[in-house]
Amino acid sequence: MKAPEPVKLSTEVNGASFQGEVEPRKTLADFLREDAGCTGVHLGCEHGVCGACSVLLDGAVVRSCILLAVQADGSKITTIEGLAEGEKLHPVQQAFLDHHALQCGFCTPGMILATVDFLQRCPRPTETQIREALSGNLCMCTGYVNIVRAVKEAAKQLKQL
Amino acid sequence: MKPAPFRYYRARSLLEAIDFLSGPAADGKLLAGGQSLIPLLNLRLARTDALIDLNPISDLSYIRKEGAEIAVGALTRQREMEYSALLAKELPLIAEAMPQIGHPAIRNRGTVGGSLAHADPAAELPCVLTALDGRLVVAGPDGERVIRAEDFFVGLYTTALSHQEILKEVRISLARRPVGWSFVEFARRHGDFALSEVSALLYADEGADRCSSVRVIVGGSVERPLRVASVEKLIQDEVSLGLEGKPLVQLLKQAESYTETEMRSSVATSEDSEYLCHLTGVLVRRALESAILRWRQR
Repeated sequence: MKAPEPVKLSTEVNGASFQGEVEPRKTLADFLREDAGCTGVHLGCEHGVCGACSVLLDGAVVRSCILLAVQADGSKITTIEGLAEGEKLHPVQQAFLDHHALQCGFCTPGMILATVDFLQRCPRPTETQIREALSGNLCMCTGYVNIVRAVKEAAKQLKQL
Repeated sequence: MKPAPFRYYRARSLLEAIDFLSGPAADGKLLAGGQSLIPLLNLRLARTDALIDLNPISDLSYIRKEGAEIAVGALTRQREMEYSALLAKELPLIAEAMPQIGHPAIRNRGTVGGSLAHADPAAELPCVLTALDGRLVVAGPDGERVIRAEDFFVGLYTTALSHQEILKEVRISLARRPVGWSFVEFARRHGDFALSEVSALLYADEGADRCSSVRVIVGGSVERPLRVASVEKLIQDEVSLGLEGKPLVQLLKQAESYTETEMRSSVATSEDSEYLCHLTGVLVRRALESAILRWRQR
């Protein structure tokens, strides 16, 4: 089979605009890692189960491994690289750091971006709500306790902003 | 874990999508939220020569009240339905089911139309829409037609849609409002596809002591949403608002065992089919318990 025609893509990644062409079958995750240099997008399962590749698409958390890059046309994407302001970490990042909510760090970008989306929707979460909101993000090392603590703390910090 | 190559068509209107399906992408698949299709393509459990992306069609995303009906555009994201004040007020069964679909990241992309047209028997929306006796508006080269949910789901991943048709809208009548409702499901991990799920609806006239009609629909381990007619009849004949305590418990136990019996002829035989029949019986009992409680608390 002849390689299908590449498709025009115009998108914004962490504030920088990207105009170019991509192969239709390229996933958003592969585009972000290979073309946009955002290797903080971690690829675990590559079929939408583990949550490691989560990014914000127009502010809403999505799994970039089960979206096509071409579907991000006209959208704004935020990856973990785009959260901090210079040296100042985003309150969710700072809370994860302060509460030792990561060990190997593989799931962390997805956890943090899912938390950012969640706290926009639910600024005063209960522990049950936190656990439910993050149940689509798998962590194989921390056991979630410190992650839940970090999310609670982040909620407090964000309220004070 | 990458999809095999395919051609990509961006549809900007429903008509354009239908033209693609009847023309250059006749061998293609429709891409809505993609939360089931893309994993299947990534795993290469499915392949397609062409994809028609429906996402740029902006006028198919809405939740509206039109007279005595709710109309939901096929491309409405599940997350919008989850947070819709209109649905929470008018169709609480849908509001109860929405948070049980996958995870927030899935619901941010997944669409109502995609879930219905994919017709995974373990998905929530086919079960809920069948319970609500919803209707599906589909568009094709010859115009539009309307299909009742009960006739739309034909079998495993199979619907009444022809290859050139596209699901456009879902319509649910508000003419009859349930006095009690419940959606329950069981999955081994939160957010997984349900092993079994149940929608229960009780209808009664204002001030009446008994149900005028009952809907109990099972999904998950069956090929298509299944009405449990024997339980519907049992509840309609035997349940009254005054029925409480032990007699009610006994009646619900009976509903559980009726369900198990009906399920035995519907669940494919496997090493866990006995478990699935039992589980579904338990879920029907719990759904009815909660629906009856809501009726009482009105």
